Amino acid sequence: MATGDPLFTFEAVGLVTDGRPRLVDVDLTVADRAVTVVVGASGSGKSTLLRLLNRLEVPTTGTVRFRGQDLESVDVRAHRRRVGMLFQRPTPFAGTVRQNLLVARDGLSDTDSGALLERVGLDDGFLDRPADRLSGGEAQRMCLARTLATMPEVLLADEATSSLDPEATRRLETLALALRDVGIPVIWVTQEPEQIDRIADHAIRVTAGRVEVLS
Amino acid sequence: MNGDVNGLGLLASLILIVIAVGISRWQRLGLEGSILVAVARATGQLLLVGLGLGLVLADDAPLIWSWLWVAGIILFAAVTVQRRAPAIPGLFRVAVVAQVLTAAVSLGVIFGLSIFPLEARTLVPVSGMILGNALSSAVLAARRLVEEFTDKRDELEARLALGCATDDAARPYLRVVLRTAMTPQIESTKAVGLVFLPGAMTGLVLAGVDPLDAVLVQLALMLLILGGVATVSTVVTLGAGRRLFTPDERLVPLLRKSEG
Repeated sequence: MATGDPLFTFEAVGLVTDGRPRLVDVDLTVADRAVTVVVGASGSGKSTLLRLLNRLEVPTTGTVRFRGQDLESVDVRAHRRRVGMLFQRPTPFAGTVRQNLLVARDGLSDTDSGALLERVGLDDGFLDRPADRLSGGEAQRMCLARTLATMPEVLLADEATSSLDPEATRRLETLALALRDVGIPVIWVTQEPEQIDRIADHAIRVTAGRVEVLS
Repeated sequence: MNGDVNGLGLLASLILIVIAVGISRWQRLGLEGSILVAVARATGQLLLVGLGLGLVLADDAPLIWSWLWVAGIILFAAVTVQRRAPAIPGLFRVAVVAQVLTAAVSLGVIFGLSIFPLEARTLVPVSGMILGNALSSAVLAARRLVEEFTDKRDELEARLALGCATDDAARPYLRVVLRTAMTPQIESTKAVGLVFLPGAMTGLVLAGVDPLDAVLVQLALMLLILGGVATVSTVVTLGAGRRLFTPDERLVPLLRKSEG
């Protein structure tokens, strides 16, 4: 890992899909070892910004760097394992919680699986439960455990609490702060500006594809 | 019965169409136009095919004409598959490869093992039966593939985000597609003889062939059709499935929903 480089850097990044500009001339530096909250209305381009960070999108123009390295030149699968992502809706795969964790890391032992579940506030009694029968909050935490199974250096969260009740939301916010405290920076996309007050070390607003640093 | 149908007989069979149109009107289904178009198209197409077959199957016609007929079936089938699932980029080429492989495997077995003699009278109808059934399965596979990749887009992206290779990410969903594409033919093979008498056998019996001989011909064809369906479904599902990912391991833009 290069040291001293920012976590992510956007250099004159633009993205156009179906003739529609989604991001316009973005120059941005995302700090390491922090929770960075990205706020914006629906359709503003904030999720697109996040998806550029793990190559689910690629820029039409400009360069995105991870710890100084141009993402054009990375091994995409290895990069995605370094930069974990939690999606807007929980995405449990068919099968048990154990099988879900094994998709992320082949050969994961039950002890390690249990430790991952414990880290997100679940216990190893969940291992044999069908993943698609968990509650919304449990499923999203299971998805976080699954993402953490790849041992990521960064966590991207794309409106990860938008489908959760307030209690489950608070729990996930606490987990994000705990990850930051153990050295895993979090980039947290949301439509709820109040999450800036609750968890942000830095905040960015995206409006119609343009980015503004708030703090 | 000698299998001949005269004009009067054909007209008599139209009574059933009159009944179908009557039911549609009675129940206000609005299908009268579709039924009449279907009858007119079937009549026109079959008459054209009959004329063409007359040329291809003539005693002095070279066998290459029959092979050209088979090539025509393959091209028509590939165009049909592409039209039914236009969201899949490059599906035409996948469908051509799938149909060519299906034809090569099936016809290779039939004529390589001398199940039937290689002549126009066997090549054309046997190819039509095998490739026709393969077409239905190919269309089913392609359409189900688009549905599956649209419905399960979030899961697919979650798998990609975990660093899975595209083949690994797609595998669970491709299995569903393959099962969907192959099941109808498996079910119809199970029900053959009990629920319905298949076309070749019916035709042979109507033409006066001994029923047991007709059964043996039909059995050989059914097994080859099942093999053809398995081949075409596999090639279309795996081939088209790969085209739903970009070379840098993302889902193709066509399938993305609008994002925040």
